[in-house]
Amino acid sequence: MPNTFTLIASSTVGSGGIATVTFSSIPGTYTDLCLKLSFRDSSANDRRILFVRFNGGTSGYVDRSIRGYNGSVLSQTDNGGPNSVAVWDMPAANATASTFSNIEIYIPNYAGSTNKSVSADGVGENNAANGAIAGLTAGSSTLTSAITSIDLFASANIVEHSTAYLYGIKKD
Amino acid sequence: MSRPTRIEVNCETGVETIIELTDAEIAQMEADAAAAATRRAEEEAKAAAEAEAKASAQAKLAALGLTADEIAALSK
Repeated sequence: MPNTFTLIASSTVGSGGIATVTFSSIPGTYTDLCLKLSFRDSSANDRRILFVRFNGGTSGYVDRSIRGYNGSVLSQTDNGGPNSVAVWDMPAANATASTFSNIEIYIPNYAGSTNKSVSADGVGENNAANGAIAGLTAGSSTLTSAITSIDLFASANIVEHSTAYLYGIKKD
Repeated sequence: MSRPTRIEVNCETGVETIIELTDAEIAQMEADAAAAATRRAEEEAKAAAEAEAKASAQAKLAALGLTADEIAALSK
């Protein structure tokens, strides 16, 4: 089991927000990748999905999710597919001001020559009675080459002060 | 209105660049968002309908004289 985390790169969104955060030229020297994200979406909603895409590919993705929000639990299918993997959930403009999500995305064997799998968990903070949102996602991509770039994007802008950290993981 | 942009972080060099999205990237982004919103609305509507049906069934069982514990036991 890979057990060491090395920070590969990070980014903090600046003034005005950004549509997409891309990590490019990812080295193939690790076993797994892990993204730690603190994102918020700018659209006029209480929550929004984050989408993940590899090597710029726009097909071949599937995802299955379990979400909890407003006292309900939902299972959902291919909210990002087939164009991306959907990860739940970011607070958006109608959520409590200055709250962000805590999202972790794990990609094992990212440099291998078989389909890629993704697991993700996310919680979006919203300090309201029915505002808690959380989700677990399992996804995959038919990409059979090494992942060298990752796009993270929302349906609107990812707001200022959002942060993304990309870690490489390998065994000692 | 300014074009949407993206941050690209080159993991080899550490250089961060702000790049305007191309027309194709904007179109893809809009299509992705619309498709996801549709799927999400459909699934949430389905979940709401199921919850409503469940509540209705529970009310009918209660009207027949079942206790809350008995009704809860039926759904385990």
